[in-house]
Amino acid sequence: MSSAELLFDSADRPAPTGPVLEVHDLAVSFPSESGRVRAVRGLSYQVAPGEVLGIVGESGSGKSVSSLAVMGLLPPQARITGSIKFQGRELIGLNDGELSKIRGKRVSMVFQDPLSALTPVYTVGDQIAEALLVHRGAKISKQAAAKRAVELLDLVGIPNAVERAKAFPHEFSGGMRQRAVIAMAIANDPDLIIADEPTTALDVTVQAQVLEVLKTAQEVTGAGIVIITHDLGVVAGFADRLMVMYAGKAVETGQVDEIYARPRMPYTLGLLGSIPRLDVGEKQPLVPIVGQPPSLTELPPGCPFAPRCPMEVDACRTAEPELVDVDGSAEHRAACIRTDELAASDTEGAEAAVEIFGAEVVEEAPIAKVPREERKIVLQLSGLVKHYPVTKGVVLKRRVGTVHAVDGISFDIREGETLGVVGESGCGKTTTLMEILNLQKPMGGTLSVLGQDAADLNAKSRKAIRRDLQVVFQDPMAALDPRLPIFDVIAEPMQVHDLDKEHIANRVPELLDLVGLRREHASRYPAEFSGGQRQRIGIARALALNPKLLVLDEPVSALDVSIQAGVINLLEELKAKLGLSYLFVAHDLSVVRHIADRVAVMYLGKIVEIGQVDEVFDAPRHPYTQALLSAIPIPDPVKERQRERILVTGDLPSPANPPSGCRFRTRCFLHATLSEDKQRTCVEVEPPRQEQGEDHEAACHFAQIRQVL
Amino acid sequence: MTVILNEGDSAGTSGAASGSPVDAAPEPGKSTTRGRLVLTRFLRNRLALFGLVVIVLMYLLAFVGPLLSKWSYDEQDYTAFLQAPYPAHIFGTDKIGTDMFAQTMRGLQKSLLIGLLVAVISTGFAALVGAVAGYFLGWVDRGLMWMVDLLLVLPSFLIIAILSPAFRGKSWLLFVVLLAAFQWMITARIVRGMTLTLKEREFVKAAKYMGQSPGRIIAKHIVPNMASLLIIDATINVGSAVLAETGLSYFGFGVQPPDVSLGTLIASGSDSALTYAWLFLIPAGFLVVFVLAVNFVGDGLRDALDPTSSRGRKREKKADRDRDDDAPASTQGPDTTTSSTTTSGGGKA
Ligand SMILES: Nc1ncnc2c1ncn2[C@@H]1O[C@H](COP(=O)(O)OP(=O)(O)OP(=O)(O)O)[C@@H](O)[C@H]1O
Ligand code: SF4
Ligand code: SF4
Ligand SMILES: [Mg+2]
Repeated sequence: MSSAELLFDSADRPAPTGPVLEVHDLAVSFPSESGRVRAVRGLSYQVAPGEVLGIVGESGSGKSVSSLAVMGLLPPQARITGSIKFQGRELIGLNDGELSKIRGKRVSMVFQDPLSALTPVYTVGDQIAEALLVHRGAKISKQAAAKRAVELLDLVGIPNAVERAKAFPHEFSGGMRQRAVIAMAIANDPDLIIADEPTTALDVTVQAQVLEVLKTAQEVTGAGIVIITHDLGVVAGFADRLMVMYAGKAVETGQVDEIYARPRMPYTLGLLGSIPRLDVGEKQPLVPIVGQPPSLTELPPGCPFAPRCPMEVDACRTAEPELVDVDGSAEHRAACIRTDELAASDTEGAEAAVEIFGAEVVEEAPIAKVPREERKIVLQLSGLVKHYPVTKGVVLKRRVGTVHAVDGISFDIREGETLGVVGESGCGKTTTLMEILNLQKPMGGTLSVLGQDAADLNAKSRKAIRRDLQVVFQDPMAALDPRLPIFDVIAEPMQVHDLDKEHIANRVPELLDLVGLRREHASRYPAEFSGGQRQRIGIARALALNPKLLVLDEPVSALDVSIQAGVINLLEELKAKLGLSYLFVAHDLSVVRHIADRVAVMYLGKIVEIGQVDEVFDAPRHPYTQALLSAIPIPDPVKERQRERILVTGDLPSPANPPSGCRFRTRCFLHATLSEDKQRTCVEVEPPRQEQGEDHEAACHFAQIRQVL
Repeated sequence: MTVILNEGDSAGTSGAASGSPVDAAPEPGKSTTRGRLVLTRFLRNRLALFGLVVIVLMYLLAFVGPLLSKWSYDEQDYTAFLQAPYPAHIFGTDKIGTDMFAQTMRGLQKSLLIGLLVAVISTGFAALVGAVAGYFLGWVDRGLMWMVDLLLVLPSFLIIAILSPAFRGKSWLLFVVLLAAFQWMITARIVRGMTLTLKEREFVKAAKYMGQSPGRIIAKHIVPNMASLLIIDATINVGSAVLAETGLSYFGFGVQPPDVSLGTLIASGSDSALTYAWLFLIPAGFLVVFVLAVNFVGDGLRDALDPTSSRGRKREKKADRDRDDDAPASTQGPDTTTSSTTTSGGGKA
């Protein structure tokens, strides 16, 4: 970046020596009805200048609370003890006025939700300029601040920054907002940036862009970065050191490479084993960590992980293990009494996890051995179209345009097969599902479910088909009626299809067994279950009528990784046991690679590539698939650092006004390198889906294999 | 009207899982459905049960009491004017010698019936119209909302006043319907709004894709999820129906002498509240007890229907905790502190 020097002239400040941030024995607790919630219990860590520290852990492990404590942003009822030293200066006990001098200038924060960090009524440029003016006061003129704001926006990769600085936050897409927030965070050349799940709300392609921007920001400011995430992939390539948190404590710390290669605490091991790998072709067993994180109000003595730990022995329950050096290095520390045994075992990493947690590869169903062509087609879409009108005006609605949500897609699913559908948000995945579930005659093309054309259905035959076609939703909380006990939730589809009471009363406990819940749970309400359990309930309900085809809309994306593995395993088992077919929509390509037999990649309402999962992942033909795959971080620091990222520029174009010819051309890296008349082909001719190999099609005029994993 | 919603209602995906491990320790192998669960939760609430008993007793008193008294509400005892309570007239008499006990009982009959019926009818109608309009939208919605708006702009008091003479002598039930007819519109609008948001929730979609009919979806998923709103609305309506009836009666519509209601009794007794206190205090006391009892029952019902409320379950906590400890790890009881964050952790659609 050439503008970097001009922006960040840190020469006038003496380079600080020693760590930027030193947290020692930090404890945070909140009062609650059922006792004090001890959200953080004795946390110590340091961040050196220019160092990136990753903090990972499950939801509720105290990641955010500990960072909010550093920023002094906790609510007043929080009780904070310990010490937080920023460049040698103690922060605990400072009053708000003194803290805010440091906050925003020397330490800045990037939140998960960029919208909440921007004020809706001021332009983005003004807000960044404001951040400069507040902290530099008279030292900088208004004009200079405005100019610098534009430079900052340019630095974080916002195209046409001069114009864009005048836009309001709501006119920005999610990724651009996050970039604007990062611009604001680095405006005052901070010494420490804390980023709390900065990419969780974003699409993978945009996530890759934002991480890239954070890296740039770190390079130009030389700041230390604390990045909080639950995604072990994100930190693998980005962080230097890692801290794994569990129940408010650090349970393992060390160099990233060390921890990924040689985890010494069963929890870390389990986490690493629970993520499906994008880069592994053959089926790998996923390690589910059973149970839930403990309640932070009344922790039993001993290791907090003990109830979920496969290596737990009696000694674990007596005293909570402290962080101790492992493998004879002070760099790598773990809080477990059996680290030595882990070190002594001859397997490492994910393999060791599989061994210790006892995960198994799910057996394939017998139907999977039958050649694909000989199996029955359960779902067939050909040229399906769904357009939404865009209207203007309240009283007299005028049609001003059309959103091409789904624009002619075709695929089929055979018996016992899983088709994964992937793509950025807004590409039409959910619309496709809803069209299938509605079972109405589509706007264009045909839809046939279990051999019956949706256009020919009447109310009665439609209801009959609904028996065999069931759905599992993304948000397990929203998908269950909060007012219905679980028994009624699971019984509902059977009541709808008029099964007799006795049958239902027998079937519900059976289903609970099937999805790994206890029969007594039937009389509880949904709110009393954890996310993973709720998703199991959703699956039990979907299975109540012995369906043939299950439509799953991001069924695991709302779950923590350790829980996610359990649900994926369950889905695989059920598929094998009951011979189900799945239509599996997900944005997480690793999950799709793990569970799907075939995959369809969607872009702006079209399928750009479809085929056998290993074919598509190992030899992607379409530039978009290649970009998508390369954007997914792999939880392996060594591999991750060597990978070359294909960054797609910009955001998804509006589906109300898709580009002519090839829809991907505005963001296509290949297109940019083509000769002029080839480019014209992309602009003028819509690429048809062409055979690329056995069961592998892609829609690009210049398709070529490019390995990205 | 201020509407207090709890998590169950506003139906946030907050996953508010206030989440103490809970509930009605079920006998193993036997599952409880919603109806039974709500009943046990209601019965566990002492105050609500007490309220229910009081209401039942009041009904009994109102309808059996007069049979035991030798005076009727339209009879005068010319030997006793304005007497304070004494054995012959246990609630005393008024200035023309009518027995206050007989009058109060008669008034209680009227007010109990009018109050409860109006509340149930108007809230029920509001729920129906609002939910149907919000669920189906289109011309159904336009038609129903047009009706709501029309009724809202019409001066209800005037209409009732004009219509009453026509109904004079006819059944008091007509009067009830009339009162109810002017009380449901605002609630219906609120219900419609809530239906619009509920309809987009995935559990409603799930029911739809199961093949559940619209009528059943409204009855089973939409209305129960507004239960708190509706119950609060109904309890408020009981009070306001009794008051509206009083107001109308005062101006000479509604319940007419010699017939009485608690409202008319209070109105006429209020002048002498300080001098001949029993004329005012006795009917007013009955009204207060009645409205309070209705509120207790309403509260209890709301807690019983609301899975996130902790009232119905407190005593169960300990037993349940013991049960959860021996749970096999894979199916452990719900976490107590973190469930609210589990859902938020993954807003990465
Ligand atoms: N203001 C508060 N009052 C009471 N309890 C709180 C408050 N903020 C957080 N907690 C509790 O502190 C614990 C740790 O929360 P924290 O937000 O740090 O989790 P996290 O690791 O960031 O999780 P996530 O991955 O979901 O962001 C949780 O049990 C949470 O419920
Ligand atoms: S201390 Fe014991 S329970 Fe805790 S992680 Fe180590 S082996 Fe498992
Ligand atoms: S057709 Fe052209 S623009 Fe489209 S993906 Fe292929 S190369 Fe890119
Ligand atoms: Mg957090």
